[in-house]
Amino acid sequence: METVVTFVEMGGYAGYIWPAYGLSALVLIVLLLASLRGLRSREAALHDLQRQDDFAAVRSRRRART
Amino acid sequence: MDDGNEMSEAGPVVRDRPGERWGGRWNVFNRYANPTRFMQLSAKLVPWFAGATVLLMAAGLYFALFASPPDYQQGESVRIMYVHVPAAWMAMFCYTSMAVASAIGLIWRHPVAEMTAKATAPIGACFTFLALVTGSLWGKPMWGTWWVWDARLTSVLVLFFLYLGYMALENAFDDPARGTRAAGILALVGFVNVPIIKFSVDWWNTLHQPASVVRMGGPTIDSSMLIPLLVMAGAFTCYYFWVVLVRVRGEIIASRIRGLRLRQVHG
Repeated sequence: METVVTFVEMGGYAGYIWPAYGLSALVLIVLLLASLRGLRSREAALHDLQRQDDFAAVRSRRRART
Repeated sequence: MDDGNEMSEAGPVVRDRPGERWGGRWNVFNRYANPTRFMQLSAKLVPWFAGATVLLMAAGLYFALFASPPDYQQGESVRIMYVHVPAAWMAMFCYTSMAVASAIGLIWRHPVAEMTAKATAPIGACFTFLALVTGSLWGKPMWGTWWVWDARLTSVLVLFFLYLGYMALENAFDDPARGTRAAGILALVGFVNVPIIKFSVDWWNTLHQPASVVRMGGPTIDSSMLIPLLVMAGAFTCYYFWVVLVRVRGEIIASRIRGLRLRQVHG
């Protein structure tokens, strides 16, 4: 227990070291998740558009036949 | 899911920006980095960079927080170095990548290069922000102040504003191609700041300590601190490549969406 406390105290610099590491982790994780979510939503949007495009192509072919 | 097939089905969407001089031009970059090839290659690379980031970050944090010694002058506060220095290196590395990619984009109109520049800007801005804040958190106990307007700190703050300016300019035009070009010129002009940051500690009197790793005559830092620092730097570098690949993939898909929408509108 005592070693955990000395570790967390960081020789009196806890108030500087932990915010530095915490903020870095937060910024890097948020940027990563935002980038992944942006990619996923665009992939989904492209998928929908391509399906619409396929429907439109089928419909125009049918119309051309009749 | 195979991206290559998806592309060929989409037909004219392969030209990422309809009406631009991309498809017809033959240059050295066409061969290696057209958007379709980039999608195939990046799909293979992303998991490797993700894995390397997680492993290096875990090892780096273990070294930085447990296995490295306190400094003989700075005590435990030196542990801030293991995030501050890699963040600052990446801030400059990202800007250099952005400037090089912008140059390739401006000269050869290469779409993947333009997208790389655009995708790099927010990552570089985050690293610069972290370098500034962690530096401030280190400066308070060591120098007795959160901030001084000296050459090193001010030039890094300018770098942060260059990133913000790039992103603002990039989004300021209705036509995304014009925004990318205008922002690319800003990135090239602003590149002059990168050597200023690097040499600011030698050219001017500053509170900031001089280089102790990347310097003539080799590092002056002990290997018990150099190794954790290099592991963290490796982790940050892999993180950059992971995120930039994800973001460029997003940009390529966005341009395909734009192409499809245009085709649907114009029938």
